[in-house]
Amino acid sequence: MTTITPPAPATAADAARPARRTTRGRRWAWAPYLLIAPAVGILLVALAYPVGWQFLTSFKEFGLAQQFGAEAEFTGIDNYIKIVTTSETWLVVVRSVAFCLVNAFLTVAVGTGLALLMNAVPKAVRLILQICLLLAWAMPVVAVMTVWNWLFDWNHGTVNWLAIQLGAEQYWHHNWLESPLSFYAVATVIIVWMSVPFVAFSVYAGLTQVSGEVLEAAQLDGANWWQRFTRVIMPLVRPVLMIVLLLQIIWDLRVFTQIRMLQDRGSFPNQTDLLGTYIYREGVGANQFGMAAAMSVFVLIITVIAAWPYVRSLIKQEAI
Amino acid sequence: MAGWIRRAGRIAASAGALAVALIWVFPVYWMINSAFLPNTKLTASAPTFLPFGGSLTNFKLVLSKGDFGAALKMSLVITLITVFFTLLFAFLAALAISRYKFRGRKSFVLAVLFIQMLPAEGLFLAQYSMIRSLNLLNTVIGVSIIYVAAVVPFTVWMLRGFVAGIPADLEEAAMVDGLSRTGAFFRITFPLLAPGLVASGVYAFLQAWNEFTVALVLLQGDTKTLPLWLRGFIQQSSQHEIDWGQVMAASTLVAVPVIVFFVLVQGRMTSGLVAGAVKG
Repeated sequence: MTTITPPAPATAADAARPARRTTRGRRWAWAPYLLIAPAVGILLVALAYPVGWQFLTSFKEFGLAQQFGAEAEFTGIDNYIKIVTTSETWLVVVRSVAFCLVNAFLTVAVGTGLALLMNAVPKAVRLILQICLLLAWAMPVVAVMTVWNWLFDWNHGTVNWLAIQLGAEQYWHHNWLESPLSFYAVATVIIVWMSVPFVAFSVYAGLTQVSGEVLEAAQLDGANWWQRFTRVIMPLVRPVLMIVLLLQIIWDLRVFTQIRMLQDRGSFPNQTDLLGTYIYREGVGANQFGMAAAMSVFVLIITVIAAWPYVRSLIKQEAI
Repeated sequence: MAGWIRRAGRIAASAGALAVALIWVFPVYWMINSAFLPNTKLTASAPTFLPFGGSLTNFKLVLSKGDFGAALKMSLVITLITVFFTLLFAFLAALAISRYKFRGRKSFVLAVLFIQMLPAEGLFLAQYSMIRSLNLLNTVIGVSIIYVAAVVPFTVWMLRGFVAGIPADLEEAAMVDGLSRTGAFFRITFPLLAPGLVASGVYAFLQAWNEFTVALVLLQGDTKTLPLWLRGFIQQSSQHEIDWGQVMAASTLVAVPVIVFFVLVQGRMTSGLVAGAVKG
């Protein structure tokens, strides 16, 4: 979900009364249930049922034999124990969490920097910067991946050309995707590039809420640039920053397209898999549903834990 | 003196901002630029930074492959189905939670907010298994069911904001003036909701149009959506030398309509939200 509008500061609409009109008379008592029925129905079919199935399957031995009709036996938390004790799966988990945190913090740091920059430059320059960020934000992820694959191409890629121009001759025909560390560095560059615009626009929206008068008062009282930033601006934009960081953590845990399409260009999947691509390879590819289901449940649980503060803040803001 | 330092600081900030802008727009520019250049220029030792002497050859070659039309049709059908049912379901639900008080309302809103955060990557295995057991793999319906469920939650949340922004008093006044409840809704509330519906529709459109993961899992045969078709270029080409000109032409074909749409509507989405706020 890349096009979610920035979490706007609480507006007057949020203060609008929720459901002031109570169900008028008995005649309408069933109406709200009828109205939510289609949405609930599709969510039950396409989400609740699969999640339930996944939860059950994660406690079963469910491999190739079971795909062909053998009885799937309950094996308790065997699959979960296997995740922790098998070095391959455990590495995937650790790598994914580390990758997610690095990317999320980098994105928020760079995005905040750009928001401050937007705040500091004249209107015309700001507009140019915003348009460029918007163009990058609008790119479909698959197109993003083809372009960056082209930029990082070992043979004719622009990145290698630039490195050589800057004097690093060893980058002639350098394959960036060969070693896992370099693979992840490329993935990080791409993901930060595509995620920063959302953060920059959201934080900038938060910054515009900081009144000039307050800053001026702080300046008159002798606060220098750094003090104004840490004591006045930061406390005011902190709520936005927290929400944006949480969203980035949730989104960066689920990178799939980016990793998958970098792997397409010839790296070794077993060395570069993160959670999403691992589940895909094990589950859909190799039909090891039990293990893959346990991994999926793990992803869902982390997501729900990370999403809780965000959901709570939304509910508080909108006075549900 | 102080003024001079401040001016120098502003100029430095502007220069930095322009440099950053260049970095961010470069890949987008590079895609379009490369799409027009012949392969001889793309594989030359120095890159060509301007598409002078370029041509539409890459686009012609890509379109002549024939599977573009099929993928475009597939993407269009799935997207239209998703947008239609998402808007219908989400609109009804948004109406319920912003206009009625009922038991279970709060749990429904909570569920919507949480589901909205669930990643496809944690679900696709189970959805694959379900769609397979329904014999709907490689079908429009199979993919659309999953897409609608994925997009409905956020759309409910978004539309709720718009519906709440329209005062119920307006409707009540119309009812006092003799309109029926349904009549008041369709004559008064519905027209005011149009911007909200457009914004939500565009959101659903972009989600379905760009989606890759679920499509990859559920469409394994020759039925492809545009993102899968585009990925195919990199995959097929990886066996031999990649024709980057064609890959970039294909990417441009997929991306440019989305970019135009996104840039046009992004402003309206936010201004729509603000307008709702002012009216509320």
